[in-house]
Parts: sequence; structure tokens; C-alpha cells
Amino acid sequence: MERNQLRRQVALTRQSLFDQGFLDDQFIQLEDLQDDANPNFVEEVVTLYYRDSARLINNIEKALSVYNFLSFPSLLDFLVQQHFYIGAKKVKAECTLFREYCRAGNGEGCTRTFQQIKKEYATLKGKLEAYFQVLFHLMLPLSSLISQ
Amino acid sequence: MGSNSVVSNRRMPEKMNCFDLSPNSNSESEAEEVHVLAVDDSLVDRKVIERLLKISSCKVTAVDSGWRALKLLGLLDDEEEDKSSFSSSDGFEGLKVDLIITDYWMPGMTGYELLKKIKESSSFREIPVVIMSSENVMARIDRCLEEGAEEFIVKPVKLSDVTRLRDYYMATREIRSAESGINVNKRKLQESFDVSTASSSPSSSSASPPSLFSSSAPCSPSSLDSPTRRPKMTSFDHILI
Repeated sequence: MERNQLRRQVALTRQSLFDQGFLDDQFIQLEDLQDDANPNFVEEVVTLYYRDSARLINNIEKALSVYNFLSFPSLLDFLVQQHFYIGAKKVKAECTLFREYCRAGNGEGCTRTFQQIKKEYATLKGKLEAYFQVLFHLMLPLSSLISQ
Repeated sequence: MGSNSVVSNRRMPEKMNCFDLSPNSNSESEAEEVHVLAVDDSLVDRKVIERLLKISSCKVTAVDSGWRALKLLGLLDDEEEDKSSFSSSDGFEGLKVDLIITDYWMPGMTGYELLKKIKESSSFREIPVVIMSSENVMARIDRCLEEGAEEFIVKPVKLSDVTRLRDYYMATREIRSAESGINVNKRKLQESFDVSTASSSPSSSSASPPSLFSSSAPCSPSSLDSPTRRPKMTSFDHILI
């Protein structure tokens, strides 16, 4: 019975990520690549996403502190596209906006949007972590659930 | 609404592993998978591409930079310029690959620069190179195609893109094998020749891939018309012809 509750919780948590616009269909494409032989694929990709993002945000922050906008096309492209496979909808939108401001040489727009990126990313990360946490509990063997 | 949204229990549909290749190809495809070299500096993208390729039954080598790709191929050995002693069929010091798929924007060496280096090499220029990019920029696409890229795919790459590539390059590889004198697929090549206008001897090297594909040979070129390649379609046809 507890298991069913957990299942429901997982489903609701997952659905809310879509309903609230944090994730888009691309995340489902990622889920489709997971199977019994690769049961943790999504979480593995998301973990890499955190790593990529942390590094990227750090690099951009440094670059912005020197110049007030970025002109490195590879970095900009990387920033936008790395959210694709995760389906990180809101973050992606902010990154796209950021790229436009950079290309226009709009320093103030860049700084403002970059703060938004960081905020959206932090929110998404929190949501994803919460989701995988619940999922993890669902995947635990029944015996450990009963003991809770 | 409830249980079937629990992600980790989903299975890949079996059909993903069934090829719709021409009748004779199954024996060859089991013997030799398409080996793809994937180049992308993003951890996420690399992992996803690798998974997509593996699901499509390709052998994958994934690297994070153009330099590493060239090194693996054997193009960055003692000699800067490629010497004729390095041939892809020897696989002497280099990796033998059927297809290279690379991101466009990478630090250090871009996918475009990698493409150029490969096409400048006498041993490796025949390897098809596919460029991936998050943006659909015509100038960028044209530049890559002009430099010899087979195709330009807009990210995020989908499974359908990868299976389409695999089918296409599986057939292309068989043709190249036939050209280099390996008779395994001679029968299929002969069938293709019957379709095309070739009047020369069946095993002659005048069988260039373009004429075979444009004459609707076994490998179903119509499957190449996919939405993600739409901006590139005319250019691709131009390359084929």
C-alpha cells in the first residue's frame, strides 16, 4: 500500500515538472532512452547536466566580471544547447535570451538575464533532485520500505 | 495515469533493433556494425549521442575534442600531414570508423576545423562527417557542406536521425568495400548496377555512391527526407548529384 502511495507521489512530482513549465517533451525523449539494461540513464544524464552547468555558469560568471557581455560564440552556443537534452524549458529560454543580449552587446541585459539563468537553474536543480529522491525510494526493495 | 508514468520501468520497444534494410544486408550487418566516432565537448550531449548510437546498434567511440578525434584516427601522429601509409583499411595506428559525427562549436578545434582536417587527409577524406549544431544557421550549414560534410543535423539529435544515418552509412560502407575489391557484397552491387545506367563492368570502381543513391537503390533514399534536415535538403541533393 505504501508502495502505491510512493508510485503516486512519483507520478505527481514528475507531472508537476511538466505542468509548471520546468521541463518539456525533450525530457520524455530522454526517458525513452532508458530501459532495464540502463535503468539509471536519465539520472546519469541529469548528473552530468549538473556538472556541465556548474562549470559553465562559473566560466560565464568569470567572463562577465571582466567584460559585461560574452562574445565567445562557442560558450554561448554551449550554454543554450546543453539544456536541450534535459528539456530544461525555463532555463533554456533564459539562456537563449542571454545569447541575444550578448550578440547585441547589451551588457545590462546580459547581467540581468544571467542572474535569471542562475535562479532558474537552481530552482530546476532543486526540483529534479526532489524528483529523483522520490524515485529512489520507489526503487528501493520492499523490505526497506516496510521498515520506514 | 498512475503507474505507467514511473520512468525506470519502461522498456525500449523491440522494434528499435529491427532493421529495415535490404534482404541481404542482415548477415553483413551482424558481422560488422557501423562504427561511429562521436565528438562533443559536452558531457550530456556525448552521453546522449552515445546512447542513441548504441540503441541503433552502432559501435561508438566518443571523445571530447577534435584533437582527441584526430589522434585516435592516427592523423596526429609523428607526421602532421597524412602519409599514404596510414590507410583506413589498415587501421594501423588509427581507429577504423565508418562515420564521424561532431558538434560544431567546441573550444580549441571546432567541428568545422575537424571536418577540414579530415577532408584534407588522403586516407580519411572518404569517411563521412556529420555536423551537429543547436542552431539552424544557413551560412554555417553551407560552409560545412561546401567543405564536404555529408549532413548537418540540428540538435537535439533524435533517435530517428541516428537510425536514418546508420541505415544510410551501412549501405555506403558496403559500396566502399566493394570498390576496394572486397567481394562480399558484389551480388548486391550488381543488382544496384542493373538499376543504374552503368554499362561498364560490374565491379569497376566507377560505381560512385551518388549515382546509386539517386537511382533509388536498395537503401531507400526517401528515408533521408526528414524534417530536421529540411534546411539542408537542396544542398544535400546537390552533393549527391
